[in-house]
Amino acid sequence: MSASAAIETFVNNIDASAAAYLDACVHCGQCAQACHFYEATGDVRYTPVWKLEPMRRVYKRHKAPLSGIKKMFGLVPDEVDEDMLKEWEVLLYDSCTLCGRCTIVCPMGIDIAGLVRKSREAMVAAGLVPEGLVGAAERAIEIGSPLGIKPETLAKIVAEQAEEVGIPIELDKVGADYMIILSAMEILNFYEVIGALARIFKQAGISWTISTEAYEATNIGVQMGNKDIARTLVQRIVDAAEKLQVKYVVSPECGHAYSALNWEGPNLVGKSYNFQVIHILELLDQLVHEGRIKTKAELDQRRVTFHDPCQIVRRGGVVQQPRNLLNLVSGNFIEMENAGVANICCGGGGGVSANARAEELRIKSFAAKKKQLDAVGPEALVTACGNCRNVLEEAIDEYGMVLPVLGLTELVAEYLDD
Amino acid sequence: MTFLEITEGPLWVLASSVFVLGALWRIVGIIRFGRKPDISIPRASALMGAIKGQFLHFVPHGGFSFRTLYHLVAGYMFHLGLFGLLIYAAPHVLFLKENVVGFDWVTMPRWGFILTAEIAFAGLILLWIRRISDPVMIKISDADDHIASWLTFLAMLTGCLALEESHDSLRALHMLVVEIWLMYFPFSRLMHAVTFMFSRGYTGAFFGRRGVVP
Repeated sequence: MSASAAIETFVNNIDASAAAYLDACVHCGQCAQACHFYEATGDVRYTPVWKLEPMRRVYKRHKAPLSGIKKMFGLVPDEVDEDMLKEWEVLLYDSCTLCGRCTIVCPMGIDIAGLVRKSREAMVAAGLVPEGLVGAAERAIEIGSPLGIKPETLAKIVAEQAEEVGIPIELDKVGADYMIILSAMEILNFYEVIGALARIFKQAGISWTISTEAYEATNIGVQMGNKDIARTLVQRIVDAAEKLQVKYVVSPECGHAYSALNWEGPNLVGKSYNFQVIHILELLDQLVHEGRIKTKAELDQRRVTFHDPCQIVRRGGVVQQPRNLLNLVSGNFIEMENAGVANICCGGGGGVSANARAEELRIKSFAAKKKQLDAVGPEALVTACGNCRNVLEEAIDEYGMVLPVLGLTELVAEYLDD
Repeated sequence: MTFLEITEGPLWVLASSVFVLGALWRIVGIIRFGRKPDISIPRASALMGAIKGQFLHFVPHGGFSFRTLYHLVAGYMFHLGLFGLLIYAAPHVLFLKENVVGFDWVTMPRWGFILTAEIAFAGLILLWIRRISDPVMIKISDADDHIASWLTFLAMLTGCLALEESHDSLRALHMLVVEIWLMYFPFSRLMHAVTFMFSRGYTGAFFGRRGVVP
């Protein structure tokens, strides 16, 4: 454990935007009401801006303009020490999903989620990362997937799905237009999405493939705040896409994977891609608009609502597409209060679901989501993130609710007119 | 030299210089930290997002809870009241004409001053009560928050005492408190009056690139 390494990382991570954020905060506390961890527990430590306290202290002590004058009069905060870092490791990793709801409620427009992400990098430098994330990162680097899914396992699952839907799926196909990547959660728990994609792409006449060298979309490096791991995982996808000479890489139903590949990826690997990243929901919506996929006239009559995955919708910009797709197949789609960019997180994003220590808090924080769900009383909940889906299913069970959670791509495939 | 002459002469020059130079130093210091260019392909304009961001955060997002509503009402009462007094109070206009800008503009009537001051006081007091009574605010507040609140309160209070300008000592007291406030400004969270534009701009650009209107 090295407090000095953490302090150095904090200092290096504070650029103009971080400094402006830390200087603009007036401690109004409005971010608390946006955080599902605070809302569900009432514990003031979960106030989002409080999670930035080590970073604020380092900034005010070491980097803020005029801090030298203040230091002469002893008017700077105390140095961040090991005890403080240990305490904040829990706050930064267990009680923040990087969902960014606090960012939009802040009257100063402070991107608190972005600063939590930067703070996690300091925790990595200090060697303070939850065990679950460390293990997932090791498996991602060594095996290729945070859940330890080997290429042979993937090939077996893909073959089973191809057989199930009666459509051949060619792995490592050079010259395919689209390369699909999947989240570990999809491959292990929601593998029907592979068959669903095969059916949709067959009808749309799309040439696609899956690489056995880079099939995993999950970027545990982004979640834990380790840029080296994040860069390695993005580079793996870039290399495979270039090797297969694809035009597009399709980011799957996985929240942070889209953010990691599309928004952070080029900055991590230091160059623009020679392929285009498209989110599966964007692609499906585009195919519908182009008339390349057709769905049945008969609509799903269950009362369904949509859970917005934070990194796809609020911080990803794919807001309208899932709604277009749901309206295509559902005759009874109802929005939750604050749906879209202000929707409440599932509670397990940002690596929280991979962190066993956070499980109790994660389940508790679902109370905020439950309140939203109870207000609309859906018969089914649709989402577009494998991790959200898994987290929601677990919490729904814990709370004794009866509510199936569906993947949007699979729902579209179910109503495909083929 | 009388106390009033000191506060309206050399002390005013000193305080306003510290205010201007200190604030500039801090702003330039923040900008000089720089940012790495973002080479991801934008979905929409970051600049437009930054501009939208300036306005979007004037109203709260993510649902109206009591916490948001309280701050919205008290915050606007205080800030609008304060700016109203600062810009349109007759003594301020006269002082700024003679010492800073060289011209004057319309001033508020006495009844308008009283009404505006009461709104500003009510807003500031409501915010401060919240700061010392709400568990979240207690947890996150530090000395700077309280000093800034009290200095602003005293500046407003002495301003009201000096309204009639019948007592030089009260006018000098107001000038002194304002000058302390001005000198405290660059070193404190009062700088949010400037840095909020940067903060909203950076976040607005972030969302703008991603095609999100939060």
